[in-house]
Amino acid sequence: MGRLAVLAPVWVWLLVFVAAPAGILLAIALAEADSGLPPFRLAWSLAGFATLTQDAYYLDALLAALRIAAMTAGGCLLLAYPMAMGIARAVPGRRVLLLAALMLPFWTGFLLRVGAWIGLLRDEGWINGLLMGLGITDEPLPLLYTEGAMLIGMIHAYLPFAVLPLFAALLRLDPTLGEAAADLGARPATIFFTVTLPVTLPAAAAAFLLVFIPAAGEFVIPELMGPPEAQLVGRVLWQEFFQNRDWPVAAALAVTLLVLLLIPIRLFQRLEARG
Amino acid sequence: MKTLLRAEAITKRFGPTLALDALDLAIAEGEFFALLGGSGSGKSTLLRIIAGFETPDSGRLLLDGTEIAATPPWARPINMMFQSYALFPHLSVADNVAYGLRRAGVKRAEAATRVAAALAMVHLDGFGTRRPHQLSGGQRQRVALARSLVMRPRLLLLDEPLGALDAGLRERTGFELRALQRETGAAFVMVTHDQEEALALADRVAVLEGGRIAQLGPPRAIYERPATRFVARFLGAANVLEGRAAAEGFDSAEAGVTFAGAIAPDTVAVALRPERIRVVPSAEGPNTAHGVVEDAAFRGDDTLLLVRLPGGAVLRVAHAEEDGAPPARGDAVTLTWDADDVVALAS
Repeated sequence: MGRLAVLAPVWVWLLVFVAAPAGILLAIALAEADSGLPPFRLAWSLAGFATLTQDAYYLDALLAALRIAAMTAGGCLLLAYPMAMGIARAVPGRRVLLLAALMLPFWTGFLLRVGAWIGLLRDEGWINGLLMGLGITDEPLPLLYTEGAMLIGMIHAYLPFAVLPLFAALLRLDPTLGEAAADLGARPATIFFTVTLPVTLPAAAAAFLLVFIPAAGEFVIPELMGPPEAQLVGRVLWQEFFQNRDWPVAAALAVTLLVLLLIPIRLFQRLEARG
Repeated sequence: MKTLLRAEAITKRFGPTLALDALDLAIAEGEFFALLGGSGSGKSTLLRIIAGFETPDSGRLLLDGTEIAATPPWARPINMMFQSYALFPHLSVADNVAYGLRRAGVKRAEAATRVAAALAMVHLDGFGTRRPHQLSGGQRQRVALARSLVMRPRLLLLDEPLGALDAGLRERTGFELRALQRETGAAFVMVTHDQEEALALADRVAVLEGGRIAQLGPPRAIYERPATRFVARFLGAANVLEGRAAAEGFDSAEAGVTFAGAIAPDTVAVALRPERIRVVPSAEGPNTAHGVVEDAAFRGDDTLLLVRLPGGAVLRVAHAEEDGAPPARGDAVTLTWDADDVVALAS
């Protein structure tokens, strides 16, 4: 009974905020489009899913989003490893300071940070101003509204999600493992690739997923910083829901994305079970 | 014996703490050497400096006459067995042992042969495919040993090699360590806080105190003839009695006893081993004492008596079984010992 009382909030939470919305989404995906309000009629129709397979536009949007999410997560990992190692190896006093420095930008608004990047990258922005002021270029470089700008924004936004699990794992990593490797003839780079990386691989996978999953559905940053022609799944979902008002297709697309994202989670679970 | 490793005036500070204080040491080829000391004695710092994980603030470290203090650990022909064993958890036993050979570029076939030989040497044939977490503590210790020995080091460092093993395994593993040391011909340098371990395993023992060597010598010499009060107390069991040198020997007020023997004028205390003290019907003069048995503990081959002396000090006396029935608690006893067994301590 006590156990039930403790777990009840968890189950209520999962029911109300996970199971119910997923159920509603699936119901809309299987509904028929209608011109009323709401713009669908409950049914057992696969028309929404059928549309996804008939037009390559949707598949392209999914693949593009997964590609950008993978690049974001990969970029985050590349930056997060040295950062997490630096924080984990710092003396405890400085460690707190470094962690605070990592988290501090996230106390400001999300849109404010995107706005700051836009201010830096746009044609009249600081970077182009500096480059032209120094005479390196005559006209502004197209920095903003590119895939690069979009990746910078995404990596910056998601970086702490990659640093924190790696930091926790590196903190737990027995420092004598690295010393033992050095003692047996391994140089620092070899120690990283033969000991540090393999031992912290589950944490690296967790860090990757923590970035990859939200990044795959990201809407705001590609919209504000990405190239206009980038049709990522987030933007396509927005258009289907709010412009085309074809909710069954939009819901089918959302369900498909959800299922696709379950695959890496399942792989991660297997890695965890093995380790 | 040719000197393999020489430390000259090695000094190391950690903040305000002086870990090693101008320490000198020479390790000969093929010897089993023990660094014995308590926590904060500097023994582990010295081991880490020899391995290359710490750099001395000053002083020289010579291997075969070549300065190595600035050589990184991966470039030193020295290997170490860690107290925690530090086995790589993601690698099999065989891959753990092969790790150093891979780094040295040894060919796969030769490496496999050497790994198998190293595992056989530590009686772990057939364990190659296991993971470290599938092994017992004793097996892990032997994998760590094989992983170091497969590199054929001329100098093997062992950080508390028996420390994590349970009592039953320690004695057997100790004998195995000595056998491996003889077999490989490598010099072993062991760090330990356990005096029994040091005395049982090593050819020579250095007792460290406050970053300096308090005494260095063969185990028997250190045990029989401690040089300082610290060494006498650290090696355990010896009675250490304070006092001052007098005309007829050494007067200890706390014991209320006069000790005769080779007493130098600068003697500040004497050490007397419990097993050197005899219970006799009667005796008078120097090197005798009268006291009362406060407690007695049977230990198998002897009985340990705590005898309160007139000066207030308590003397530990080992009463051997072959000397007959030991006195009981509350008995008044007369004790005596030979002048040769009185060890004068200058500091």
